[in-house]
Amino acid sequence: MDFRLTEEQQDLRAGVRDLLAGRYGREALRASVDSGGALDRGLWRELGGAGFFALRLPEPDGGVGLGLPEAVLVFEEAGRALLPGPLVATHLAAGTVPGAAEGTAVVTALDLDGPLVAHLADADAVLGVPSLPSGEPVRSADPLTPLHRVAAPGSAVAAYRDEGALLTAALQTGSALRTVELAVRYAQEREQFGQPIGAFQAVKHLCAQMLVRAEVARTALYAAAVTADPAEVAGAKLLADEAAVRNARDCLQVHGGMGFTWEADVHLHLKRAWVRARQWRTAGEAEEALAAELLTAAR
Amino acid sequence: MDLTYTEEEQDFRARLRVWLGKTLPELPAKPSPDDWPGRRAYDAGWQRRLYDAGYAGLHWPVDAGGRGATPTQHLIFLEETERAGAPYVGANFVGLLHAGPTIAAEGTAAQRARWLPPVLRGDEVWCQGFSEPGAGSDLASLRTRAVRDGDDYVITGSKIWTSHAEVADWCELLVRTDPISEAVPKHRGISWLAMPMDAPGVTVRPLRTLAGSTEFAEMFLDEVRVPVANRVGAENDGWRVTMVTLSFERGTAFVGEVVACRRTLGELARTAKANGRWDDPVLRRRLGRLYGEFGALWRLTQWNVSESERTGGVPGIGGSVFKLAYSHARQELYDTAAEVLGADSLVLDEEWVLDRLSSLSYTIAAGTSQIQQNIVAERILGLPKGR
Repeated sequence: MDFRLTEEQQDLRAGVRDLLAGRYGREALRASVDSGGALDRGLWRELGGAGFFALRLPEPDGGVGLGLPEAVLVFEEAGRALLPGPLVATHLAAGTVPGAAEGTAVVTALDLDGPLVAHLADADAVLGVPSLPSGEPVRSADPLTPLHRVAAPGSAVAAYRDEGALLTAALQTGSALRTVELAVRYAQEREQFGQPIGAFQAVKHLCAQMLVRAEVARTALYAAAVTADPAEVAGAKLLADEAAVRNARDCLQVHGGMGFTWEADVHLHLKRAWVRARQWRTAGEAEEALAAELLTAAR
Repeated sequence: MDLTYTEEEQDFRARLRVWLGKTLPELPAKPSPDDWPGRRAYDAGWQRRLYDAGYAGLHWPVDAGGRGATPTQHLIFLEETERAGAPYVGANFVGLLHAGPTIAAEGTAAQRARWLPPVLRGDEVWCQGFSEPGAGSDLASLRTRAVRDGDDYVITGSKIWTSHAEVADWCELLVRTDPISEAVPKHRGISWLAMPMDAPGVTVRPLRTLAGSTEFAEMFLDEVRVPVANRVGAENDGWRVTMVTLSFERGTAFVGEVVACRRTLGELARTAKANGRWDDPVLRRRLGRLYGEFGALWRLTQWNVSESERTGGVPGIGGSVFKLAYSHARQELYDTAAEVLGADSLVLDEEWVLDRLSSLSYTIAAGTSQIQQNIVAERILGLPKGR
């Protein structure tokens, strides 16, 4: 047993981090916010070109031929960078929806626990649905996740639920780890009462708990990626949702008044975390799935 | 990311299972929790069986009398013994997990030869004389004085929270050999001594915990003479020696407990199903969440063990992250158990009720959660020291 990342996996993660830092840094993120959340098709194609969507397709089919553990590492980086768009749905559609693997098509999914769909206006297809449904645009809490209300949400995503939940957990984990970094950096720079606020235990303890949450979620995520066990996936989604949401809130708290502004990125992490917590598997659904598995295992 | 075990590790597990299946039915009945001499004898009997079968000090270095097992083999050992319902390390805890590894790492050849074999055989029990009434979390402020007199130290002071002191033969004792002063930082000037518990001047007074047990004791030291030869490490270097000890404590100390908590969770689910409380969605979801959390904690254990294989078996500060998450989850587990039991959670005979009470110590013992948060914030996240 060696749970640690292989060298190839570490290289993959570092490569994706570099790619995203160069192509979707802070300026690009703020430009997306200013543009009202419209998808950058050029960036989508570049992600496709880099193998983002075809990662798990077999090599003979034009894919990269890697597995869930590698996909999770890549999506963790996307979550860290707050990369917008229906990344999970398009990844899941690779190999079935033409253009998804290459990033020339944008594919969304009916993955929310209600009659809302993300990125419908930009979508070329909806996962598992023969034609694009019509919907009314609504104002979205997350400025980078446009939402439409559709008539019947349907259950087209059942077959993709576990993989969708796992990859979404990876996005959440990346966000949770990123907000730890943002909080720690701010706590080291910001001075009050003649010293960095990170020297105060009240702030220190907030940051320490953020790391604990993120590390527990990350471990659950990696294990679920290796085993693909539905109960472990449900656990990973539950813990990652909580880590992303609560870490963003604590990060906001560490930033004080600055954290409550539109200019600070903290609210973007929090609002996206809220969206993802409603996708593929909610906390209540995950807890019920885990309870059912616990009872089965206990018999 | 590889969670599969090698063929060698699987063989090790299989042989251990066979041995446990054969040995556990031979054990005598468990003594009552308050029968300390009985508990000591029971724990010694189990340790002797481990010794004879070659499982004693499994993860200790070979030149210290151990088996030199890898951290993964040690993990398997702890997992399998717990799963099979084998006895806990019990009274041998300090000897096997604190004092022994410290002597193995820092002791002279003569010290290793004197103290390690009896620990491995279960013949001698150790206790830990670290904390004092005025020096708990601020351990470096300890005041128990040791003054050199010829070939002896003469020791005066008092210790508290000394587990198993009533039945211990030896105490790993921290004493101040150089007084606190402007010139000397308080964590310097401390020495690590092996003190015989039957030395004249040692008085042990049991402390009753909120769980009603007398696991702990106060210890009073009145001009106790301990040979200088019993000092492990250099004079005034005891703080560094102690950090070696504590890093072991925070490593794999909770492996068996995580396995036990997962089993307890299964028992709770069965009980809740039988008494109808499973139909309460709030309680059911709470149990589901705990199942997810303890699953993650088990994986975190495997992660830390994988990390420690790289560092040659010395556990890192990842142990603080684990302890923070685990101590909280353990308390939540037993609070949830009380919800499953309902009014029966007020009946002290119930094993879960005693476990609920003892779980209250987990956020205090071995470094409070607040101290652990400081460690994580300062040593992992790099936040400045302060107050």
